[in-house]
Amino acid sequence: MSHRGSRVLRLDALARVEGEAALHLAVRDGTVTEARLHIYEPPRFFEAFLVGRGHGEPPDITSRICGICPVAYQMTACQAIERTCGVTVDGPLAELRRLLYCGEWIESQSLHIHLLHAPDFLGHPSAVELARENRAVVERGLRIKQTGNAIMERLGGRAIHPINVRVGGFYHVPAPAELRPLAERLRRAHDDALETVRWVAGFDFPDATFDGPFLAMRDPGRYAIDSGTPAVMAARADANGATTVAALPVEEFEHHVVERQVPHSTALVSALDGRPHLTGSLARYAVSGQWLHPSARDAAREAGLGDPATGAVCRNPFRSIIVRAVEVTHAVAEALRIIDAYEPPPRPRVEVPPRRATGCAATEAPRGLLYHRYAMDADGTLTFARIVPPTAQNQTAIADDLRRQVQARLDGPGEPPDDAELTALCERAVRNHDPCISCSAHFLDLTVERG
Amino acid sequence: MTGRVVVIGVGNPFRRDDGAGPAVVEALRARVPEGTVLTDSDGEPGRMLGLWHRQDAVVVVEVVHAHPGQPGRLHTLTAERAARCAARSASTHALGLGETFALAAALDRMPRELTVHAVEGTDFRLGHGLSPPVADALPALIRHVARAIDHAHDRLRGIGGEPMAHEASA
Repeated sequence: MSHRGSRVLRLDALARVEGEAALHLAVRDGTVTEARLHIYEPPRFFEAFLVGRGHGEPPDITSRICGICPVAYQMTACQAIERTCGVTVDGPLAELRRLLYCGEWIESQSLHIHLLHAPDFLGHPSAVELARENRAVVERGLRIKQTGNAIMERLGGRAIHPINVRVGGFYHVPAPAELRPLAERLRRAHDDALETVRWVAGFDFPDATFDGPFLAMRDPGRYAIDSGTPAVMAARADANGATTVAALPVEEFEHHVVERQVPHSTALVSALDGRPHLTGSLARYAVSGQWLHPSARDAAREAGLGDPATGAVCRNPFRSIIVRAVEVTHAVAEALRIIDAYEPPPRPRVEVPPRRATGCAATEAPRGLLYHRYAMDADGTLTFARIVPPTAQNQTAIADDLRRQVQARLDGPGEPPDDAELTALCERAVRNHDPCISCSAHFLDLTVERG
Repeated sequence: MTGRVVVIGVGNPFRRDDGAGPAVVEALRARVPEGTVLTDSDGEPGRMLGLWHRQDAVVVVEVVHAHPGQPGRLHTLTAERAARCAARSASTHALGLGETFALAAALDRMPRELTVHAVEGTDFRLGHGLSPPVADALPALIRHVARAIDHAHDRLRGIGGEPMAHEASA
């Protein structure tokens, strides 16, 4: 048979081609003169696919943009279409949506923490080596993750690309008895999540600071996931020592978050009022930390993130792993709360009659704020679609962070770094931001120009 | 019967040739012996590890890149070989199939038998439909997988067949 020959098969390039990125660094006389993050994927195909489709189709079509966070796309699409049609979905249906979103947060964040990010701090090249050395922590991560999977399967119909979500609500809503078995798993996951916060808090964190503005949803009274209004936290405190958080009505999002094309990337690059901004876990924690579930708030405080009740802000991208672990704790607690209080709605969905109008919405994907805008004709045919994923927004901030970290290493003591060290440094810096390459455009080919 | 035969078509039907694994699984529906579990997967390790039990025989159907490549060429790999081939993570938030097997071995979660039947792909752009070389190879891949399922059942029943090579330590 052909496979018995001596050829080498490289299974790293298997076909889950959800995205491709590379970094170009230029160093001249010890100075980083260029740090360009290339994202090759053209996600804009989806915007074109949507034009001419019915107003009920965006949740299913956009969920295909990313296999990691399909719920974020579904939830944002649903809300944007519903706003276009002047319909609000609230009560138990909104709570079930939030539960499904919590499932995705639990799954996605715990995967990143245990299998992708933690090995960086422990000196392991991958999760496989981490599992060989400390099987229990990887087992714990998988256990938490599978609890998120279970929510997705129960409520979404399956774990990947849920099929039970529709504009106006769901095709089927569960009876309380169907959700009850999840509560048992969630209680175990809550203990596991708290243990994870303590574990990651003990890692060694290099110094680093993101010095730009944060953008996150804000919904006073609760840690915003699927609700609220975009809000900007200024990069620095004002003359009175206060750090302002300004609402940015979602209808004005595109006036402030402006996308532009760059020659080195097929993903559009965004700036917030002309400056690189960061969206994601650090931004959410800064904007909404005070509204974390009490157990998550206590865990954050004990983990050294400061007191979220008094507006603690974490600007060190390396510490994002702690924030993610705190967010997993919150999502687990929130899922338990929803299940405990669940009363089935009278109908699985509300009617969403189409009308000629334009509408938009934003929610918090695990990696940050995700924005959709749609326009439709009177019969519901879509005439326009715009999707701004978090990674496209973060692209410039990530490139700036890479530039700062490489420069700091070049300026630091010791032998000059070789390409292998720089590659490892850059990959680590990128993982701090957990970019969803798949949703904005496999990783990481590094080219270093030395002058 | 000591276990099941679990057939996993790994891939994304919306990425052209990446849909070959799920297409094989779909083609085998209604014509596999009792005790066969047919499923597809995006290959995410947490989910993959949850699809089998230790006593199961697992057949994975996948698309690969080979160097040098020949789109449509078929390959059969043992799990330990697939795991040995695992290189660095190719994504910022996903592990490859080889790493998933290596992780399963490290966690002592390998099934009793595991083989990978693969076809070399060439077109992974967005959209439905296989490239001509992969579409042409599909009937042969389906036959290979169907035969592998039958042989795995025979072995699980203890009535012969060569044992599949499988080393738990990657």
